[in-house]
Amino acid sequence: MSVYTLEIDGREVGARPGETILAVAREHQIEIPTLCSLEGLSTVGACRLCLTEVEGASRLLPACTTAVAEGMRVRTQSERIARYRRGILELLFAERNHQCAVCVSNGHCDLQALATSLGMDHVRVPYRDPLLSVDASHERFALDHNRCVLCTRCVRVCDEIEGAHTWDVAGRGIGSWIVSDLADPWGESSSCTGCGKCVQVCPTGALFEKGKAIGEMTKRTAFVPMLQHMRGRRR
Amino acid sequence: MTPEELRSRAERRRLEESRFSERLRVCTATSCASLGSGALFDALSAEIHRRGTGDRCELKRVGCLGLCAAGPLVMAEQGTGSTHTESLLREVRPEQAASLLDGFRDGFPAEQSVPLDLPFFRKQRRIVSEACGRIDPDRIDDAVAAGAYRALLEALHERTPADVLAEIDRSGLRGRGGAGYPTGLKWHTVAKAEASQKFVVCNADEGDPGAYMDRSVLESDPHRVLEGMALAAYAVGASEGFVYVRAEYLLAIERLRQAIGQANQIGLLGSAVGGTAFHFHVEVRLGAGAYVCGEETALLASIEGGRGTPRPRPPYPAAAGLFGAPTLINNVETLANVPAIVARGGDWFASIGTEKSKGTKIFALAGKVAHTGVIEVPMGTTLHEIVFELGGGIPDGARCKAVQTGGPSGGCIPARFFETPVDYENLAGLGSIMGSGGLIVMDEQTCMVDIARFFMAFCRDESCGKCVPCRVGTVELHQLLDTIANGRAGTRDMELLEEFCDLVRHTSLCGLGQSAPNPVLSTLRHFPEEYRAHLRGQCPAGVCFPASPAEEPPR
Ligand SMILES: Cc1cc2nc3c(=O)[nH]c(=O)nc-3n(C[C@H](O)[C@H](O)[C@H](O)COP(=O)(O)O)c2cc1C
Ligand code: SF4
Ligand code: SF4
Ligand code: FES
Repeated sequence: MSVYTLEIDGREVGARPGETILAVAREHQIEIPTLCSLEGLSTVGACRLCLTEVEGASRLLPACTTAVAEGMRVRTQSERIARYRRGILELLFAERNHQCAVCVSNGHCDLQALATSLGMDHVRVPYRDPLLSVDASHERFALDHNRCVLCTRCVRVCDEIEGAHTWDVAGRGIGSWIVSDLADPWGESSSCTGCGKCVQVCPTGALFEKGKAIGEMTKRTAFVPMLQHMRGRRR
Repeated sequence: MTPEELRSRAERRRLEESRFSERLRVCTATSCASLGSGALFDALSAEIHRRGTGDRCELKRVGCLGLCAAGPLVMAEQGTGSTHTESLLREVRPEQAASLLDGFRDGFPAEQSVPLDLPFFRKQRRIVSEACGRIDPDRIDDAVAAGAYRALLEALHERTPADVLAEIDRSGLRGRGGAGYPTGLKWHTVAKAEASQKFVVCNADEGDPGAYMDRSVLESDPHRVLEGMALAAYAVGASEGFVYVRAEYLLAIERLRQAIGQANQIGLLGSAVGGTAFHFHVEVRLGAGAYVCGEETALLASIEGGRGTPRPRPPYPAAAGLFGAPTLINNVETLANVPAIVARGGDWFASIGTEKSKGTKIFALAGKVAHTGVIEVPMGTTLHEIVFELGGGIPDGARCKAVQTGGPSGGCIPARFFETPVDYENLAGLGSIMGSGGLIVMDEQTCMVDIARFFMAFCRDESCGKCVPCRVGTVELHQLLDTIANGRAGTRDMELLEEFCDLVRHTSLCGLGQSAPNPVLSTLRHFPEEYRAHLRGQCPAGVCFPASPAEEPPR
C-alpha cells in the first residue's frame, strides 16, 4: 500500500491515501478541536471548528472531511484560526440556551470543554434564548432542544449504526430542529428501538437519560468505531 | 436524422413561413403573460379567423421580446428582403386586436410603437438570446429553422468529443452561474474521469431575487439549452442529463418538457441521436424553491432525493457528483452559449468581450431605470452604457447612486465607477461579483444600510442551517444591521459587524454563507459615510428615520 508523506504543524507524518487530515493528526497526537465529527460516523463538516490552513488552498478546509494528499502542508493552529474557533463557539452559545450551571451535562459536555480549551470566556452578542420545547415523551430518554447544537451526531448514529433513522433535521436556517419520525413525539416513535445510541453520542445535554444525576451523566462514544470495526467497515 | 435531413426540415419550415406576408409575434413569456398576453393572442386569433386572412397573416407565440416592463409586447413583421419591416408594439390590449391587424395597412399607432433603433436594442449583442422572441418555443421545427441542433448533428457525425472540447477551450467561455469558472476546464475534468456512467446537469434553479435571465431563455428557446447539454454530454462522455428547475417556473417547465418530448420523437435527443451511437436522455427535476438548492452539491443531493444541503468540496461534482458518478454541472446560460460556439468556432466567440471574459452576458435590468427588461450585451460594456444608454437613464431626472450586481452574493457599485467595463475581474475588484445577472439600478433615495440589511435577511432566511457560521452568523449580522439602521448602534457594533462578516465569509461551508457578507462589505467599503451617519441617528437617503419598525426576529 502506498504511503503519503505530509506535514502537519511542521511535523512530517505518514498517512494512508483516503485518510482525513483529522485522522492522521490524531494518530500523531496532534489535537484538532471537533464537535460534529465522531469517529465511526460519516462526516458532514458542519460545525467548522476543525478548520485548518492547507498550503495552496484558497479556503480553510475542515480536517474532518478533507482527504490527505502527498506533500500536503497543514497548519492546525494559528492566531487567525483560534479567533475563528472562538467566534464559532460564541455563535453556538448565543444560539440557544447553554447555561452550564443548570445543565444535566455540566462537566461532561463537549461544548463546554471546547469553550474552556479554546479560551472562549465570554459571548459578545446577545443570547437569543429562544425558549424551545423539551420532548420528555420517551420512557427513558429526553431531548431538550434548548441545548442542541445541531451537530447531527444523533441523526447519523441512528441511521448508520442502529439502522433505524428515527432522527432527522426539519426546518432550515436558524429554524432548524431535530425531529423524530415525522416530527412526532419521541415516545410515540414507531422506528425508535430504544437503544439509546443517540443519547450516548450527543455532545451536549440535549439528549439525556431520565433520572440520572448530573455526576452520572457521562456519555460513551467509543462503541461507535468498535461496532464499525466489528462489522468490517471501519471508516 | 442526418444533418441533411435536418437541413431540409429547416428549409421546409422557412419556406412555409415565407408564404405569409404579415407576421405577428406575441410574447407569451411569463412577464407578458402576467400582463395579459394570453387573452391578446386569443383575440388576435379570433379576429384573423373572422377576417379569413389566416393564409396571409401568421400569428405566432414567441418568447421574450426584451422590454418586459412595457408588455404585452407584439412584434409585427411585413414583407421579406428589401421590403421587410418590423414594428414593436407595447402595452397592446385584447380590444385592440382589430386595429392592430389594420395597422399592417394603415400603419401602427405611434404612441404604442417602440423605436427599434433605441440603444436598448442597438447596443445588444445576441448570442444566447439570438432566437428569443423569434421562434415559437413549442414548435421544434421553428427552432430547427433557426438553426437548432445543426451544431450537434455535425459534431456527432464529423467531430470527435476532443474536438468539441477544444472548441470550448478556445472560446474562453466561463460559467454564467456566478463564479465564472472556466467551462473548458470543468469539461476536461469530467471527460478525464474514468467511470461507466457520467451525468450532465443543467442548473436552472435561479434563486437570486429579481433575476430571471435563465427563465427567459428556457421559456423562449428551450432547444438551445438542450442542444448545449447534448454537446456537453458528447464531449465529456455522459449519456444522461437532468435539468433542475425551480418549481415556480411553470411555463419554463412546461416548455422544457415539451421540447424534450419533441426532440426525443425526431431523434435529436434520446437513443441513437442523429442515427449515431450517441445516447442522451434528459429528465426535468423540480426544486422546491430553496435558494441554497442552486448550490451545486445541494442541487445534486436534492436530485438524489435527499435534503437539499451542501456538502464540503472537494470532492467536486466533476469527480464525485450525482450518485457518486462524475457530473458536469453548468448553468442554463453557460450551456446555451455552447451551440453557437461549436457552430461558429471558439475563436469567433473569443473575439467578443474582454481579455479574460469572453462572449456576452445577459442581465435582468431592474430598479430606477427607464427601460427594464432582459438584455444581452458583450462583456466589457460599461455600467454607464448599461444604465444610461440601454437602460435610458434614471426616470424623473433623479441621480443614480449605485448599481447592485450579484444579488445576495454581490455588492453595490457606486456611480463614480460606472466607466468600468463589466467583466468578472473588474466587478470583483470593485467588491461585487458578476453573479448570475441581476442588475438593480439605485437612485439617491436608496439607503445602503437598508440594502445590506435586506440581503442579509435574505441569506438568513435561505440559510440551510447545516453549518454554524452561516446559520447563526447571518442572524447576528442581520441583528447588528438592524440596530445600525435604527440608529441604536455604537462603534462597538460596527467592530462586531466587521468581525462577524470576516468569520462568516471565511468559515462557512458553502457559497451562500461565504458570500453572505458581501453586500455588507461592499457598502461598508464604498459608502462608509452612510454607516457613520446612521450611528449619529441620520439616514441620508431618508429611508430609515423616523426609525422603521424593527423587523420581527425569525421564528
Ligand atoms: C447559494 C448558491 C446558490 C446558487 N444558485 C445558482 C443558481 O440558481 N443557478 C446557477 O446556475 N448556479 C447557482 N449557483 C452556482 C452553482 O453552485 C454552480 O457553481 C454553477 O451552477 C456552475 O455552473 P457554471 O460553471 O456554468 O456557472 C449557486 C451557488 C450558491 C453558493
Ligand atoms: S440532539 Fe445532540 S446529537 Fe442530536 S443534533 Fe442536537 S446536539 Fe447533536
Ligand atoms: S453556508 Fe449556509 S447554506 Fe451553506 S451549508 Fe452552511 S448553513 Fe447551509
Ligand atoms: S468536526 Fe469538522 S466540521 Fe465539525
